Amino acid sequence: MPSYPRPLSPHLQIYKPQWTSVLSILHRLTGVALSLGLLMFTWFLYAVSAGPLAFELFTGFLSTGIGRFMLMGWSFALMYHLCMGLRHFVFDTGRMLQPERAERAGQILLVVAMGLTLSLWFCVFIR
Amino acid sequence: MNTGHLIMKMKWEKAGYKSEMACATGLGSSHTGVKHWIHQRITAIAGLFLTIWFTLETIGLVRDGTGYEGVATWIKSGLTPVWIVLLSLALFYHAKLGLQVVIEDYIHGEGSKFVILTLTKLILGGLCAICIFSVLKIAL
Repeated sequence: MPSYPRPLSPHLQIYKPQWTSVLSILHRLTGVALSLGLLMFTWFLYAVSAGPLAFELFTGFLSTGIGRFMLMGWSFALMYHLCMGLRHFVFDTGRMLQPERAERAGQILLVVAMGLTLSLWFCVFIR
Repeated sequence: MNTGHLIMKMKWEKAGYKSEMACATGLGSSHTGVKHWIHQRITAIAGLFLTIWFTLETIGLVRDGTGYEGVATWIKSGLTPVWIVLLSLALFYHAKLGLQVVIEDYIHGEGSKFVILTLTKLILGGLCAICIFSVLKIAL
């Protein structure tokens, strides 16, 4: 059966972005980004199994600008998705669903996620 | 009657005497939705612990400036290969469930949805297989 283009009411264009909605779509975005990151994870394991040359190729890529950028991006995506995931678990129990509390928790967790990412990289670089 | 109706009819008849819930599961647009929801949570928790472990270990390796030999030794040592295999399983399954929801949300044609969904599952499955193979190759 053919589908005809049907008119839709404006939604994204007019709905004011809010903490709850933005944090939620970011959770989905980081999830998708992390799924792409699984490619890097697979490459890491395969590189080790394939021998020192393959491993050097891998670490070589990671030390380039793009590699570093990807790694940092993924580490933030991981921390963010992790923290918001915990928030979802709390929601699953039925708690903290009031807009103000959900919003406040989300803002705090966003800061926590950024903090965790920074400390992660701090730990990597600081002797 | 189209195929959808035929399949539903067969499911109903095969059910025999079952609870109403059991008869209804799988039918309708949410299909096996609750199962996915639960599996998503379980793999999330397993993934949480294993990811924390893996991240801490990797940071340690990088800090020590570990080269190829050291990394390979670490992957081989003790129960590490087991945790990495479990980590791979948990993460790839979690990713599969998550991406499935995203794809179902944004792709509307039944045909393209099926193709893209299947491709995604196959790719994730393939990558997971590569991960497990690599770990076994290193460890054994």
